[in-house]
Amino acid sequence: MRSVSIIGAGCTRFGERWDDSLRDLVVETGIRALEDANVSGEEIDGLYVGNMSGGRFVEQEHIGALICDCAGLSRLHVPSTRVEAACASGGLALRQGVLAVASGYSDVVIAAGVEKMTDVTGGVAADALAAAADREWECFFGATFPALYAMIARLHMHRYGTTREDLAEVAVKNHFNGSKNPISQYQMEVTVDKVLNSPLVSDPLRVLDCSPITDGASAVVLAPTEEAKKYTDSPIRILASAQGSDTLALHDRRDITTLDASVFAARRAFSMAGLEPKEVDLAEVHDAFTIGEIVAIEDLGFFDKGDGGRATREGLTAIGGEIPINTSGGLKACGHPVGATGIKQAYEMVLQLRGEAGKRQVEGAKVGLTHNVGGCGGTAIVHIMSR
Amino acid sequence: MGTHCPKCDEYYYPPRAICPNCRRAAKMEDYRFDGKGTVVTFTTIYNATDDFKRQTPYNLAIIELDEGPRLTGQVICTPEEIEIGMRVKPAFRILGKDGERGIIYYGTKFVPAEGSV
Repeated sequence: MRSVSIIGAGCTRFGERWDDSLRDLVVETGIRALEDANVSGEEIDGLYVGNMSGGRFVEQEHIGALICDCAGLSRLHVPSTRVEAACASGGLALRQGVLAVASGYSDVVIAAGVEKMTDVTGGVAADALAAAADREWECFFGATFPALYAMIARLHMHRYGTTREDLAEVAVKNHFNGSKNPISQYQMEVTVDKVLNSPLVSDPLRVLDCSPITDGASAVVLAPTEEAKKYTDSPIRILASAQGSDTLALHDRRDITTLDASVFAARRAFSMAGLEPKEVDLAEVHDAFTIGEIVAIEDLGFFDKGDGGRATREGLTAIGGEIPINTSGGLKACGHPVGATGIKQAYEMVLQLRGEAGKRQVEGAKVGLTHNVGGCGGTAIVHIMSR
Repeated sequence: MGTHCPKCDEYYYPPRAICPNCRRAAKMEDYRFDGKGTVVTFTTIYNATDDFKRQTPYNLAIIELDEGPRLTGQVICTPEEIEIGMRVKPAFRILGKDGERGIIYYGTKFVPAEGSV
């Protein structure tokens, strides 16, 4: 197995991109990533794209070939594969790219993600996203995505004393970070009061506990580490790529307040990288809902089970804290174009590890972790990378 | 209707053809749950998909049946009444319909075990 590095990264601005189609977003991010990596089309020999539901959001499937075409690579017949694992589609596309380069089957690979979500109404979008849950045994009875995370939150609060304010603190921190990130969907800060007074979506979760509906695309370029310096002075090395699965339905899990898929993937990733959680300088975690971040920082081993709320309340996860979490603004504030999110996490980590993250830079960042979840934990992908 | 593995004495809902514990060691038998159970966790949904908009706000819960399996279902009571640990029993109700003239879907919801069906 070859060591793999990220040699370039690009991302579109996230938000409601009314004037841009899925194709426009892909071209915008692709050009940025390729320019950043100093590669031309001829060198690329593989393309993986994370996309959850082109069929539902823009009535377009066969996104693999489409992306290849948009990227101007169709005449070179570069193999292009769409990857789907709900909201973890991007993380999984990155992992597929890493496996392709590591195995020696491919040399220079693009791992991208894209979702164009604002062409449909809120109800249609909610139903498309609910397809990541168990359609027959959850959604049929009225479950929505926020509802599933709300049930995790309710039990976490009941069992560990996590407070409603602790959840709000996640949103406050991530909006603060997002306000320092030029690509972020939300550039405004929020207060605990504002979160607590926003409309209820699925009790105890409110509007400002939820990630938004977002258009956006992101891409990274991968190459074998031994050749990475040919392209860039600052390659980011992938130390570990790990993936875990669990039951589709939340009710079938061993423990409702733990995403065992995350625990499994994180343990595997740390073992591959030969590192401990305390050796990680910062992480991008899957905060589709505020409770998601609290559960994630426990499941990834940064804090004990039940301690995520306290850690957030005490500022340990803020920039300047013990382990800064979601410096990009996370899914919560930066936005969550579902297929692109996992790649955007890698993009943020590349900027941080290169020292190019501007006002939200974590000083001395050397090792970063990204954590992308599909559904409410049916899939989890963890990558660890270093400069 | 669910299934029961006589070897492992485990109950499954939804029904499984193969016991995930012993796999093919024993033949699964049908089992009819009486549907009584306990609320493990819950939420009240204010913002639903188009199919369920008319029902908001409604309670959704993970319920652990007395035999062990857990499932997701609606609990018919006010948001103030539902709580973790509450005992519930099943009720046969309309789950939804395909527009004004379409098919009506029936299925199981839950009600407080002490209340009336």
